[in-house]
Amino acid sequence: MPSTPTRLRDLIRQIRAARTAAEERAVVNKECAYIRASFREEDSQWRCRNVAKLLYIHMLGYPAHFGQLECLNLIASPRFTDKRIGYLGAMLLLDERQDIHVLITNSLKNDLNNPVQFIVGLALCTLGAIASPEMSRDLASEVERLLKSTNAYLRKKAALCAFRIIGKVPELMEMFLPATRSLISDKNHGVLITGVTLIIEMCERSPDTLIHFKKVVPSLVRILKNLIMAGYSPEHDVSGVSDPFLQVKILRLLRVLGHNDAEASEAMNDILAQVATNTETSKNVGNAILYETVLSIMHIKSESGLRVLAVNILGRFLLNSDKNIRYVALNTLLRTVHADNSAVQRHRATILECLKDPDVSIKRRALELSFALINGSNIRVMMKELLAFLEKSDAEFKAQCSSGIVSATERFSPNRRWHVDTLLRVLIAAGNFLRDDVVSNTIQIISESASLQGYAVGQLWRAPLAQVASWCLGEYGDSLINGHTNASEQEEPVIAGEDEVVDFIQGILSSSQSTIVTKQYALTALTKLSTRFSVTVGRIEDIVTSFGTHLNVELQQRGIEYAQLFTKHVALRPAIMERIPPMEHKTSHQGLTNGSSGGNGFSNGDDDMLMDDLNSFTTTSITSHSAPATKDSNSLLNLLGGLDNFDNGPAPMVTSSKASTAPSASNLDLLDLLGGLDLSGSTTLSSAPPPITTPTGSTSSSLVNNNLANLLSSPTTQMSAAIPPSSNFLIDGFLGTAPTPPPKLQNVTAYDKNGLRVDFSFDRPVDNPNLVIVTLTASSSYGSTLCDFLFQAAVPKTFQLQMMPASSTVINSGIPVTQVMRILNPTRAVLKMRIKLSFSRDGIAIQDQDEVKNLPSALWQ
Amino acid sequence: MMQFMLLFSRQGKLRLQKWYSAQPDKTKKKITRDLVATILTRKPKMCSFLEWRELKIVYKRYASLYFCCAIEQSDNELLTLEIIHRYVELLDKYFGSVCELDIIFNFEKAYFMLDELMLGGEVQETSKKNVLKAIAAQDLLQEDEAVEGALREIGLI
Repeated sequence: MPSTPTRLRDLIRQIRAARTAAEERAVVNKECAYIRASFREEDSQWRCRNVAKLLYIHMLGYPAHFGQLECLNLIASPRFTDKRIGYLGAMLLLDERQDIHVLITNSLKNDLNNPVQFIVGLALCTLGAIASPEMSRDLASEVERLLKSTNAYLRKKAALCAFRIIGKVPELMEMFLPATRSLISDKNHGVLITGVTLIIEMCERSPDTLIHFKKVVPSLVRILKNLIMAGYSPEHDVSGVSDPFLQVKILRLLRVLGHNDAEASEAMNDILAQVATNTETSKNVGNAILYETVLSIMHIKSESGLRVLAVNILGRFLLNSDKNIRYVALNTLLRTVHADNSAVQRHRATILECLKDPDVSIKRRALELSFALINGSNIRVMMKELLAFLEKSDAEFKAQCSSGIVSATERFSPNRRWHVDTLLRVLIAAGNFLRDDVVSNTIQIISESASLQGYAVGQLWRAPLAQVASWCLGEYGDSLINGHTNASEQEEPVIAGEDEVVDFIQGILSSSQSTIVTKQYALTALTKLSTRFSVTVGRIEDIVTSFGTHLNVELQQRGIEYAQLFTKHVALRPAIMERIPPMEHKTSHQGLTNGSSGGNGFSNGDDDMLMDDLNSFTTTSITSHSAPATKDSNSLLNLLGGLDNFDNGPAPMVTSSKASTAPSASNLDLLDLLGGLDLSGSTTLSSAPPPITTPTGSTSSSLVNNNLANLLSSPTTQMSAAIPPSSNFLIDGFLGTAPTPPPKLQNVTAYDKNGLRVDFSFDRPVDNPNLVIVTLTASSSYGSTLCDFLFQAAVPKTFQLQMMPASSTVINSGIPVTQVMRILNPTRAVLKMRIKLSFSRDGIAIQDQDEVKNLPSALWQ
Repeated sequence: MMQFMLLFSRQGKLRLQKWYSAQPDKTKKKITRDLVATILTRKPKMCSFLEWRELKIVYKRYASLYFCCAIEQSDNELLTLEIIHRYVELLDKYFGSVCELDIIFNFEKAYFMLDELMLGGEVQETSKKNVLKAIAAQDLLQEDEAVEGALREIGLI
């Protein structure tokens, strides 16, 4: 027997004195070893002290599960000190998933019948913390008895135990109903609040009980009224408010009872108004009650005047100096803005003011709320504030805010001109923090509105927006020279000389601050301008050619490719560098929710409009021949893709119609022709949006282009033959989502021995290509009857196999047995299968195992 | 319903943990680690609420100790601040201007106090006086037992 163990206090000192984690570990390990030894010796004298030490060690994060049983021993001890620590240990070390619960249930039952109220209290407290469904069933009747106890100390604890029990086993609710009803006529606030808590739980779990408790509304109203009207009561006062905890609980229950019930709501309208007007609001506690009142008013069928009052309370909250209250107000307004928009609108100014709050969580809420408040009539005012916010805000807000503005302007812009102006201001204010959607969105808007293209160029000219500016200059740079840069006759047009424009772009190209992507934009713009400008073509050619030796591979390639357009294929340049036709307008709000427009193949490309343009540069082409073709080939594919999508018809049909125009032309002419065709096609085929589809990775696009280039350079006689199969592939690669007709799957004989033959037939549902449905047909090959047929299959772990029951266990000759297996192959791995069969023939049991080797590879491809 | 309450120091040391919903030990440790790290990095001028998974986290710092509660979406975060405050007041009354060391060396008492204020994640008593009375009476029971034990040891009874 070891000597007197270390006291808890001393152990804590020792542990705190440890200077390193290793030292602490050493102290703890030594003590744990000692405690274990002491537990083994069943030393009951120091058990309590040892468990207490163990609980401290547990809090430090060390394992302490070996103390679980000792806690139970302590609980079983007659001493209160032991029980107190024992129950504490039980709550900390056990939880409802422990098997040990069977043991504790008995102790709990005993203690729930103990004459000492504090022992009963400990048992109730423990039950309330760790009750499992089994414990709940076993002890519910004890709790129900205590719910009717004359002792308020036990009644309130029993009420919360019942609350926990109902949470675990809702069927037990019934037995508590009669006793619960009387709880809310109690004088004791502890019993009242626990009773209300219990009723809320019951009402939320059962609609019948909800109706049953509708009749307590008047009592609740009375209690609440007494609370707010009664004078100062020191026992329940919290900074001048009488029992806020109870008030909030009652308000919550009123909310549950009044929801969608006009009659009950009517009964509580008055008291809600009284609470809303009579509550002291200088402290957090009063606001906690007001907040709960507002939630209740919003949730029940309250009078409209009351709802306005509620929103006004939130409006006042927004002016509160306490940031927690402001946060709560914004959060609540955000939830009610859709129901009571006009009421919330009145606090617009205050909400916008919150954008200046130093607390980021409040700023973020205010921003969300501001966007929810924007409508057609206030967009100009709101935008002014939001743009001001955008200019000053931190990086983390810029992306969120700019995207929000873009989607709001898309929905509510009063006119195009304003829309473009706002977008340009967003671009300037948010700069590098923009999400890509903003850039592409802006370009699209400019592209769509022919009348503003010149204006936009004029505005963008010299603006610090390299990407959008480059794109616009490339497309509409000639308007700078012609002076068509004013949106209306009254305004002074912006005019620049060709050299100035080229200087500007050259500046972007040579700046060390421009990203590669920006330079790609600029280089393309320059090449495009070569067809719009007359005197600077030589300069442009020089600049473009100089990029043929650029260190960046993308830019170098682009330089070389474009240089070809100035030398070898100069005739092609004007056609290739045509203006991009207006981009198809997309449905509003799409700016933020990228590509969610549904099943059509180009939905994701839709938003990346800009990428399309870019993509023609990032494309890696192998021959110089194909270089000029890249852009148009892309467009051609787009066209094909578009058509494929629209018609949902087979791709080869479309391709052959294109090919039929080609035969007489030579290779280069063919390119040109296709290019021309593409452009004319895009205008005549109004249903096919031209430059839309975008491959996601440059690798896939280069593949596609190479293929196309090969196709195009192949002799024309082969062409029509060559296209159909590979064009199928092209479009596959492009759209990614285009469904391919499932190949016909051959049946397979999986097993043919011992007089049993098992055949597999396969099916792959079109809507779920990862699923293979295998139907096995088991037949008797010698004509004898097979009994007790049992088929089992195993597949690798990456698969999921589901076996349906067999149609029978007896195989008669001529009547095969069928069974279905569903195999899910999410990784599209190679399917392997082992099978195990057992059956009996002529009374002889046969068992066999085999591997199915000849599964068709089409199953996983 | 409150899901759990954690007390931890500015150094991130856990001082008290009360779980009202069953969790595996590993999960408890992970949640504690995550929350302690998140809350300690928040600046003082930020508000006391966090949205965290499905729960709302309400925390408040008293001297060197953070009190952190996880409540459900339908619970009132402002009132939760009052519950925390009430608990601090009770500890203060009991220990006489409580400090972190009191809670370290008498962690079991801090648990007992919490168990008289809350049960199963809900408030069970709204009167400070009643809570303190119940604690005092139970302490007295323990003292009586201690005296009795001491007397038995020296053979007086």
